[in-house]
Amino acid sequence: MGGRLYVKHRELVVPGELIAEGDFKVQTTTYLIKAGKKYFSTVVGLVDISEDEETLSIIPLEGFYYPSPDDLVIGVVRNVGITSWEIDIRAPFPAILYAADLLGRPVNPAKEDLSQYLDVGDMVLAKVEVFDRTRDPILTTKGKGLGKITKGAVIEINPVKVPRVIGKKGSMHQTLEEETGCKIVIARNGRILIDCPNETLEKIVILAIRKIEREAHIPGLTDRIKEFILKEKVRRGLLGGSERG
Amino acid sequence: MGQKEGKPKLIDENGRRVDGRKPDELRPIKMQVGVLYNANGSALVEYGNTKVLAAVYGPREPQQRHMALPYRAIIRCRYHMAPFSTHERKSPAPSRREIELSKVIREALEPVVMTEMFPRTSIDIFVEVLNADGGTRTASVTAASLALADAGIPMKDLVAGVAVGKVDGVLVLDINEVEDMYGEADMPVAAAPSLGMITLLQLNGVLTHEEFKQALDLALKGIRQIYEMQRETLKRKYLEVKVEE
Amino acid sequence: MSITPTSPEYILPKIKVETLASLVRKGMRLSGRGLEDYRDISIELNYIPNADGSALVKLGNTQVLVGIKLEVGTPYPDAPNEGTMVVSAEFVPTASPVFEPGPPDENAIELARVIDRSIRELKVIDFSKLVFIPGKKVWNVWIDIYVLDHDGNLIDASSIATLAALLVSKMPKAEVTNEGEVKVDKSTHVGPLPINHKVVTVTIGKLKDVLLVDPDLEEESVLDTKLVVAVSDDGRIAGMQKSGMGYLTKDEVLRIIDLALRKGKEIIGIVEEYVNKYVKPQSTSSEGKD
Repeated sequence: MGGRLYVKHRELVVPGELIAEGDFKVQTTTYLIKAGKKYFSTVVGLVDISEDEETLSIIPLEGFYYPSPDDLVIGVVRNVGITSWEIDIRAPFPAILYAADLLGRPVNPAKEDLSQYLDVGDMVLAKVEVFDRTRDPILTTKGKGLGKITKGAVIEINPVKVPRVIGKKGSMHQTLEEETGCKIVIARNGRILIDCPNETLEKIVILAIRKIEREAHIPGLTDRIKEFILKEKVRRGLLGGSERG
Repeated sequence: MGQKEGKPKLIDENGRRVDGRKPDELRPIKMQVGVLYNANGSALVEYGNTKVLAAVYGPREPQQRHMALPYRAIIRCRYHMAPFSTHERKSPAPSRREIELSKVIREALEPVVMTEMFPRTSIDIFVEVLNADGGTRTASVTAASLALADAGIPMKDLVAGVAVGKVDGVLVLDINEVEDMYGEADMPVAAAPSLGMITLLQLNGVLTHEEFKQALDLALKGIRQIYEMQRETLKRKYLEVKVEE
Repeated sequence: MSITPTSPEYILPKIKVETLASLVRKGMRLSGRGLEDYRDISIELNYIPNADGSALVKLGNTQVLVGIKLEVGTPYPDAPNEGTMVVSAEFVPTASPVFEPGPPDENAIELARVIDRSIRELKVIDFSKLVFIPGKKVWNVWIDIYVLDHDGNLIDASSIATLAALLVSKMPKAEVTNEGEVKVDKSTHVGPLPINHKVVTVTIGKLKDVLLVDPDLEEESVLDTKLVVAVSDDGRIAGMQKSGMGYLTKDEVLRIIDLALRKGKEIIGIVEEYVNKYVKPQSTSSEGKD
């Protein structure tokens, strides 16, 4: 295992850039291709070289959401059907949520109008149950906390930045929640549900997430975010001194 | 056409071209990515006065389901010249030339885009020539390539293009409008340099066997330079981001 | 807009694809042809009595008919001392189960433009001899390529037919009247179209790293890509077009050019042979062989 490396860990690379030559394990085969004994990046991203220098992967900095089974997603209802809803999950394909799945029981289309449960524009928190290359993804809301979203704000970020907002072992996610007291649900398709005690905290969380998006490729982000949230709380009068709304 | 009226001298006594360049010199080239808000990826490329804007949408649902392919994404590509882009106003309706160039440009990008990763989707590439001063199709391929990378669509390599011409008997790199109109040959070439793939090759004009070999070498040299600029442009977007205080 | 073709012109059964690929690696083709061989070419000259020049070409099973008509018209504003030329191509629905009636698609347009460029850039037609009144009245040469039957390599078949038709084209009798009009007598022809050079296109397909000359329809359906090279009678390259979704290495391009220059010479020779042997059927005009 191993070989010659042409780039450093966390170096910014572009499509066609030669990463390494030899025999390596590759984590992200879409983003790193092998031609002969050479490895090339296929996207703009950061190279990740494992400590033992045997595994390579690329963390893309640009991209889109492509569904995978078990992904947590936040979707917007696009169309109400007779026994299912068509849901936009920011993927190249619309997703389907069957009424029987959401309601936990079979549905009689003659008697029930599905729009009373979910109408166009409503949002759901769901999981991708099935997705293979031959058909559109099917969602499920069977699971804790899944179902129609009734409160909170949803913002969109570039889906490739989701891992950064979650952080290593969830560290960034934890920081955001702890420092603001907000409940934050991060969906794989680049949508984030934020439920905060007040509007000001919600504003701060959103600003923090935008900052993470912008500076995702610069190390030391978690500490910077902590600092940023603190500064913002002070600036908006949420900490120490006068209590202003 | 035969001898055009008022053919200017294209190479002066010092071997310089109409704009003062040496035969193997590129025009000043500018490139930027992420210039459009809505498109998934975009790029603005200028070869001297030739200005080209490329936008990429996708991978997304094909506009018509019957166009989809079960094992790969389809690519839709449109090369179009804005009515004010040429000396005399050009009708917005697609001309035969634009139809041919749309095909040629699509075929220049097909070999590098990893379409098999996204079956049943469509990757749409729209290129608009905003100002035409020679070399529009090669600037278009260069811009489209950047826009695809900006959209995070995996590619085996970037593709860069340049047109070589023969003017007053001399082979020149990166021809402008005047050289194209009055020269003896115009040869657009595009290639993916890291993989040694020539993906666009046309000749309009007459060259001897020997001249062709030299012209091809000259084009590949110019392509290498433009390719380096593409890489730098993609990286610049991130290297310019500063940590905000 | 150009779209990745979703309905292939021809779907070759998988087993045939494998046989084709393995044969090709051994230097042979499904039809038994060599890699560098053209299919049988037959040319019928002046097939269309109403045209000023025409040729029906059979390249294997591919059939293309080219008709040339000269009409009086105006010159281009930037070339007042020259006649004009327009090349159009139509993929007639008779030619293939996948050709639908309608305006020319990108393939027909590409074909017409590639052939146009090869003739125009090489100055095959001496346009300066087609002028009646400079800036006002000239001959417009209309070259219409009619693809009747598609079994691959439409471009070369069209190019051969175009060259043949040009070489037997005759100028209708025409006079400038006192009022500055041009009176044409289509029933009489006064001489050949002034031709300076001869040109044909040579199409070479690439399958993995093997090069094939004159691909037929089955082969075209599996090729990586094609390079069309326009070759002049004096051994120069008068045009090129890489056509198809694959790529070429620099080495392949150079090999293709070598091969194309050789084959182009051969094909021009075949056209010349047909034209030289051609005896015009008796008509009202009194000239004999070319």
